[in-house]
Amino acid sequence: MEVVVAAGIGVLTASGVYLMLRPRTFQVIIGLSLLSYAVNLFIFGMGRLRTGAPPILDPGGTGDLARYADPLPQALVLTAIVISFAMTALFLVLLLAARGLTGTDHVDGREPGP
Amino acid sequence: MSWTDHLIMLPVVVPLVAGGLALLVDDARVKAALGIASTAIVLAAAIGVLRLVDGAGAGGPAIGVYLLGNWPAPFGIVLVADRLAAVMLVLTAVLAGAALTFALARWHRAGSHFHSLFQFQVMGINGAFLTGDLFNLFVFFEVLLAASYGLALHGSGVARIRAGLHYVTVNLAASFLFLIGVSLMYGVTGTLNMADLAVRIPRLAGGDRVLLEVGAAVLGLAFLVKAAMWPLNFWLAGTYAAASPPVAALFAILTKVGVYAVLRLALLLSGGDAPPAGLLAGEWLLVGGVVTVAVGAIGAIASQTMTRLAAFNVLVSSGTTLAVIGRADPVVVGGALFYLVSSTLGIAAFFLLVELLERGRTPADDMLAVTLEAFGEADRDEVDAEDVGVAVPVTMGLLGAGFVCCAMLLAGLPPLSGFLAKFAILSALFDVRAPGAGTRVPATAWLLLATLLLSGFAILIAMMRAGVRSLWLTADREVPRVRLTELAPIALLLGLSFTLTAQAGPVMRYMQATAEGLYAPDAYVRGVLAAPPAAPGEGGGR
Repeated sequence: MEVVVAAGIGVLTASGVYLMLRPRTFQVIIGLSLLSYAVNLFIFGMGRLRTGAPPILDPGGTGDLARYADPLPQALVLTAIVISFAMTALFLVLLLAARGLTGTDHVDGREPGP
Repeated sequence: MSWTDHLIMLPVVVPLVAGGLALLVDDARVKAALGIASTAIVLAAAIGVLRLVDGAGAGGPAIGVYLLGNWPAPFGIVLVADRLAAVMLVLTAVLAGAALTFALARWHRAGSHFHSLFQFQVMGINGAFLTGDLFNLFVFFEVLLAASYGLALHGSGVARIRAGLHYVTVNLAASFLFLIGVSLMYGVTGTLNMADLAVRIPRLAGGDRVLLEVGAAVLGLAFLVKAAMWPLNFWLAGTYAAASPPVAALFAILTKVGVYAVLRLALLLSGGDAPPAGLLAGEWLLVGGVVTVAVGAIGAIASQTMTRLAAFNVLVSSGTTLAVIGRADPVVVGGALFYLVSSTLGIAAFFLLVELLERGRTPADDMLAVTLEAFGEADRDEVDAEDVGVAVPVTMGLLGAGFVCCAMLLAGLPPLSGFLAKFAILSALFDVRAPGAGTRVPATAWLLLATLLLSGFAILIAMMRAGVRSLWLTADREVPRVRLTELAPIALLLGLSFTLTAQAGPVMRYMQATAEGLYAPDAYVRGVLAAPPAAPGEGGGR
């Protein structure tokens, strides 16, 4: 399982970085989204990967660390998802404004000279 | 518990509430009143916190700890105010007050929701200075960045959108680095509380230690993007030059948030010694800071407009602070903190002043000035005799005086505080009588000496040229219409730097105590971890 998750994070990060370095704003926003998925998975992985272990205690049961997943990274991921979601939305608005005002979708706001 | 214990929370909560309320009301005057009231309360609270932590006297660094949610420290969220946080809070509140007053003259009408964004920005900055755990540092960074995206675009226009696109992309990428660093550190230590991290890190060994250092390095990269260290600073000049002036004045503190985070974490997590390699290593800061100063100084000389000149001054200030921190010596760091405060005040004043000077100027004036410089001054001798005794309007006189003060402050000329700050740094660098210092002055001291003096010289040249071009060459220019509320904030900021000069003794004592506190983090760690939760029912039930 670790190999699959690690490979997934690696592929997402690589694609994200590649796209972020591309000259068109749409490619950049897709790249940033992919990067945010990769980072979220990474945070999740830092809580150690467990199968079938809930992050919350059973009602009435006493805590047994061996049977539960670490809840903190999951809370962190939730926060990170919300923040990156909002930032992506903001970037989208900016992208559209830049397209409207400069008439091009190049990240520099003008087409590279001949 | 007394009400003063709640002071620490006010700089975060008050702007949050005021910003939220400002969203709900429609009347521009009510919004402005909310903004002013909130900023005034934050300033008062910041000064209160400063007095609180400094009031403990010489008996070690005093800290104030506020347990949000009343859970004991490693488990709950804490706000921690020590001397460094307190002085940054006061600086932020002063800048916010000046920028807001300036904006009220006209800039706050240039776009929607200026006051809300402004308050959220202040909240994010204050929160980043106060927070005691890494993840909340991330959250507050995001709050201040989200607000700064809005503020950087305030007023819209092609230049701002173009610069904003780069600014947002770079900072989003830096946020991802931040998250990776934080989660790596959590993965190996199992805690996010900074004080708890400081306790647990020495116990790590082997592979965990390597992972932790990788995490710290990635985290350091994220901070250095904010602090604008070369080569992570190409986003800065364009964004700051394009932002509306009051916003740019407030942004003068943003790079210092990055510097603050580096300073706090590097010293806390490495146990007060010189940071070991990988954990925000000192030599890298020194070299990177010096290169940043060089880039800033060259950029300042090459600037064609005064806004870009001001933006490159930010780089010089940030780079100098980083380089001096990289020297890792408490006495020198004390001088660096003095420099940080002084240069931030100067840059903010300069951003505001530039807008007044540029007002009423056309781009043709700049072109003319550049052309005159490049192709000689063919008809400068034909000045009419009547022009010699021409009266200078009061406004221009005031603006000119302000410009001279800014130039002296930023270039580090006596008698203003910029000079004292550089002098404090240099005298500490070359103090061979200090305990532990050898008879030979190390090479890094000479490097820093050259950096400080040459950058001051470069800034002086750039400022003089800009001043001549703007104030003298265009003699027949229209006198800008300037309101008193626009001159007052500049006078306040420059007046504060005069005060720093006059009160240099007490201020330097405070900065030295701050630096010594940073290099002895045990008191911080113990203070946070031992903070007792309030008993139920006490203090009106938190």
